Amino acid sequence: MPPSTPRSASPAPVLLKLAIIALVLLIFASAFGYAGGWLGSRGLTGSAMVDALQANADPHPGFRRNHAKGICVSGYFEGNGDGARLSSAEFFTATRAQVVGRLALAGGDPYVADDSVPVRSLALQLRLPDGQEWRTGMNDIPGFPVSTPQAFQELTEASHPDPQTGKPRPDAMKAFQARYPEAAAFGERLKASPRSSSFANDTYNGINAFVFVAADHRRHRVRWSMEPELPFAPRTAAAAEPAARDALFDDLLTRLDQGPLHWHLIVTVAAAGDASDRAAEPWPADRERIDVGRLTLTGASSEPQGSCRDIVYDPLVLPSGIEASDDPLLSARSSAYAVSYRRRAGEPPGDSAINDRKAGSAP
Amino acid sequence: MKLHARFRPLARLLHWSMAVLIIAMLFIGAGMIGGAPERYSALLRVHKSIGITILLLAAIRLVYRLLHPAPALPADLPRLQRAAAFASQVLLYALMFALPMVGWAMLSAEGYPILIYGGLQLPPLMHADAMWYAHLRSLHSLLGYLLFFTVLLHLGAALFHGLIRRDGVLSSMASLRRP
Ligand code: HEM
Ligand code: HEM
Ligand code: HEM
Repeated sequence: MPPSTPRSASPAPVLLKLAIIALVLLIFASAFGYAGGWLGSRGLTGSAMVDALQANADPHPGFRRNHAKGICVSGYFEGNGDGARLSSAEFFTATRAQVVGRLALAGGDPYVADDSVPVRSLALQLRLPDGQEWRTGMNDIPGFPVSTPQAFQELTEASHPDPQTGKPRPDAMKAFQARYPEAAAFGERLKASPRSSSFANDTYNGINAFVFVAADHRRHRVRWSMEPELPFAPRTAAAAEPAARDALFDDLLTRLDQGPLHWHLIVTVAAAGDASDRAAEPWPADRERIDVGRLTLTGASSEPQGSCRDIVYDPLVLPSGIEASDDPLLSARSSAYAVSYRRRAGEPPGDSAINDRKAGSAP
Repeated sequence: MKLHARFRPLARLLHWSMAVLIIAMLFIGAGMIGGAPERYSALLRVHKSIGITILLLAAIRLVYRLLHPAPALPADLPRLQRAAAFASQVLLYALMFALPMVGWAMLSAEGYPILIYGGLQLPPLMHADAMWYAHLRSLHSLLGYLLFFTVLLHLGAALFHGLIRRDGVLSSMASLRRP
């Protein structure tokens, strides 16, 4: 340390030093502003994705920004032990996990007519007595149109209705599909896949890839689906009648009053060379498929009375033994679901289309 | 009048290691919200672990600070600057506790399992409650930005002491020598 003197430094160096200090602070603040995206956009963000979803429907405060129309379901999941070879997650051994789930329709309109929505979903929160949790959101579509958050954003934007007429814009969708041929291919697959008559006889696909980690630390890339015990029955023309607005939900409630519904969790294991980071790319049909356990839904209650409304079915809430894959959609989903929840949690809950209804042994 | 006393080595070690962690956390937090959604989940994972680490270090640091008071400021430091130095230190300590506590509480209110260090599950601090989540989530942002501006001022003040007043306050914390 030099001896203490120069408090009497000449004015010029003091100004220079003040300028240096100001510059240091400015650089520090700018770096922070850049990181947070406040100094101009750094590209796509989770909140931009939710903004785009929101723009596709009228505002519906208190509802999910996607899959807005839904109902709470409850029951349990029992592993049959066959999954233990692939993953050390306790959900695959005989312990019974409690389930709070949600059956829903894609899109931001909580009052939409059931038959007009091409995508139905099943979301599940599975919980073990020791507090371990596994959440998953599955759709009843054969794969996914896109593989990256950016492409999903462009898809959402291409789905914006014409601001003048309120009608879809087929040319925007065509332009999108020209840029993303995998989306056009998915569209063909979707058209070719028959739609079922009920939530109860539908198959729900996890779509994104995950990694199962076995007790011996071996890693297996997988996708999973919930396949119904009820045989497939095709949707009927009556479903399109205006009176059938809530028919899928009415049907579910009626069925659950008659008894529980069952699905099997089918795990498909990737082979070397199958892409785990491209959701739009189906794996060949001959991949190994393992039935790892049975889901039983015993009851349902409409959202205001049920306990699913405030659950975020974030696909990255995973137990030990299951990990995220390199699929970039997973992180984007986590981010967007958190944004959606932050918005709806701060709003008073809206009036659900299905209200004051209960069936089976509801929680 | 120049200060020759220094903070004890452990106080300096805690100060600088926590300064690195806290500044990193501010950037990770801002970056996971304002940056690419592909990187969100990896950033949030380290955010939670580092955040709880900061909470633990802050507790150790506060106890150590109460046992070993800071060296006195230069006697000729104006009253206002003295008060500002004291207030900013209190605020910095408060935020070192408040940010991780609010982060932990808000994930509890969201009903999320809180996993840190690759598998350790923390108990929830409160029951799941949507409205509480909304408020705590906003509070976490607000306190984060407040912490950023306080650190900015603190950095400015430290440079002011070191470059302009040259009164030994900067080296009381920024020296490698023993007290
Ligand atoms: C990056 C692409 C995606 C974005 C931005 C996105 C966005 C959203 C948002 C904002 C919600 C509402 C969340 C809430 O408020 O709790 C939601 C719900 C949902 N998403 Fe996605 N999603 C994406 C991809 C997918 C994929 C690939 C699947 C396929 C399995 C999927 C399945 C679901 C399901 C099942 C729900 C409803 C969960 C419930 O009932 O609460 N999403 N999505
Ligand atoms: C010193 C400690 C911490 C600092 C400085 C800090 C800072 C931040 C900042 C700046 C943000 C971004 C806010 C925004 O732009 O809206 C943020 C978000 C967040 N932080 Fe922290 N944080 C800390 C500790 C924690 C802890 C301990 C947890 C949880 C255990 C946590 C969980 C979160 C979560 C979940 C988000 C928001 C994620 C989302 O809404 O998508 N933080 N934090
Ligand atoms: C996140 C960042 C930082 C935090 C939270 C922080 C916090 C603190 C706190 C609480 C004190 C009081 C002493 C103690 O109890 O440890 C202190 C003192 C000090 N800090 Fe920092 N600090 C940060 C960054 C910095 C930086 C970047 C510098 C310098 C370039 C700096 C320079 C100093 C100096 C010189 C002191 C001694 C001041 C005195 O005796 O009043 N700090 N800091």
